[in-house]
Amino acid sequence: MTNKDNVTMHEKNMQQVSAKQKVGKTVVLVAVYVFLLLMALIVLFPFYWMIISSMKTLDEYRMSVPTFWPRQIMLSNYVEAFTAAGLGRLFLNTMYVGIISTLLSLVITVLSAFAFARLEFKGKDMMFAALLATMMIPGELFTITNYNTVTQLGWMNTYTVLIVPFLVSVFYIYLLRQNFMQIPNELYLAAKVDGTSDIKYLWKVMVPLSLPTLISITILKMMGSWNSYIWPRLVANDEAHRMVTNGLRNAFTDTTGDVNYPVQMAAVAIVSAPLFLVFIFLRKYIMAGVSRSGIKG
Amino acid sequence: MVDNKQQWKAWLYLAPAIALLLVFTVWPIINTIRMAFLEGYKSLEAAGGVTFSFGIGNFVKVIQYQRFLNCLKNTILLCVLTVPISTILALLIAVALNSIRPLQRILQTIFFLPYVTNSIAIGMVFAAMFNIVGSFYGTENEIIVTAGIINNVIEFFGGKAVNWINYGSSYTANITVMVVYIVWNALPFKILVLLGGLQGINKQYYDAAKVDGTSRRRIFSKITVPLLSPMLAYVVITGFIGGFKEYTSIVGIFGEAMGPADDAKRLNTMVGFIYDALSSNNQGRASAAALILFGIILVVTMINMQVSKKRVHY
Repeated sequence: MTNKDNVTMHEKNMQQVSAKQKVGKTVVLVAVYVFLLLMALIVLFPFYWMIISSMKTLDEYRMSVPTFWPRQIMLSNYVEAFTAAGLGRLFLNTMYVGIISTLLSLVITVLSAFAFARLEFKGKDMMFAALLATMMIPGELFTITNYNTVTQLGWMNTYTVLIVPFLVSVFYIYLLRQNFMQIPNELYLAAKVDGTSDIKYLWKVMVPLSLPTLISITILKMMGSWNSYIWPRLVANDEAHRMVTNGLRNAFTDTTGDVNYPVQMAAVAIVSAPLFLVFIFLRKYIMAGVSRSGIKG
Repeated sequence: MVDNKQQWKAWLYLAPAIALLLVFTVWPIINTIRMAFLEGYKSLEAAGGVTFSFGIGNFVKVIQYQRFLNCLKNTILLCVLTVPISTILALLIAVALNSIRPLQRILQTIFFLPYVTNSIAIGMVFAAMFNIVGSFYGTENEIIVTAGIINNVIEFFGGKAVNWINYGSSYTANITVMVVYIVWNALPFKILVLLGGLQGINKQYYDAAKVDGTSRRRIFSKITVPLLSPMLAYVVITGFIGGFKEYTSIVGIFGEAMGPADDAKRLNTMVGFIYDALSSNNQGRASAAALILFGIILVVTMINMQVSKKRVHY
């Protein structure tokens, strides 16, 4: 800015205008922050309510004037929830299904994406287009026939029925193919000249170079298992194979008398915890994968 | 020679995917269409040797069903309410987030949190929050004592408590709760996509507008929205597709009853109808309903695309 002593009228006006603008700017900025913080509070509130409710006694929970921090912290609710809903078994079932289906799915996805990205074969473009077209069809349309198919195969109430039908995801193949295409073809040709086998090339070059996408796929697939509800309810809702979401919903709708909300909230918190842990440590990969998919889980 | 070898190899690599897709994707498409056009098809009876005549009876029956029309109404109502609300709210939040520096990352993380939740589990939290305060009828003659924070807040500000989801609650109250929950659930994805779009807009447009002294509102409507329109179209289209498949969020709040205790299935949706038909072994009816759902999604998506072709500036 110019020296105070030789300020012309014009500059004085300009300063007044810019001072006005500054005030206006501050007001807008404050409004923006107030709006964002308010929305953030609304978004966070259910989580906060879940956690404090899960630690209250039943009597405190039922008070007509609610407390915003438990007077007496009842961690025993968590123990009760864990045993009441049989969460241990549900966790193991879900982890097993999640891990096996993720591993198999990754192998299938990598091989297919490689074929579509690097190899030449007749009808490649047409087949890829056909694959993408199936993404438009709602999953319910497949479920009806798949339900018959797995019944006929005798897969009802097995782990197989929870794993096999969803091993191929066209979306994951598409995602990984796009990533593979960005890797220069010269690398592949050079490897060929050196006599490297395809599998070795895939494992040593393609997979490491597209690791972020593979991690995104892994997380989304694991989250999918954790959150799956409809299909498991139809085909494997027995004690031995039940998945965590079904177990949670069943455990608290079967009860006829009073619902013990603090225990229920504790169960919900336990089921939500792994998702949050994964999110905290692998946020980048989840957000990268999600922004390209538009589907939940 | 090399070409031939590559062909052979490609099919080998694709073999597992193709085999699974044939069984669990291609065959279902064919079979669902087949079952939809066999009148009153039930696979249990078909296995017993019963044959079914070809016709459009399943479709006719499905659309004459009061229950189906009810599901259709619920689904459309939820779509029409939640997609615009969540899109506008997400747009406002994304624009606000994009205009600040301090706290931006932490707020962005908070707004993404609802995405990494189990929609059934958090639905149960919302159900607890929308409960009645005090005692009420759980069913006809059973009294439950509970407390719901939302009604506490309403009463604190001098309002009258509302029966949101319990025995005897109104349809409007039920739908309101569902809209709140679905919007809460839909925000993270939309904010993520829109914020990504905003960060990709060239700063020069804003600098030029600043030089011209353009007002904030004008910048928003003449620069931000048009340049963001591809992303807006994307979130609206995926929003509608997701909306027509709404199901688990309702199970989360109301349980498998899909409605308050005195009026089960009141909030049932298209997807819920399909699963009910499937559970009662009415594959023909389920298939017809699934094809209708597919048709609706296709038409709505095409309309969306047509509208965006005119409005979207690529």
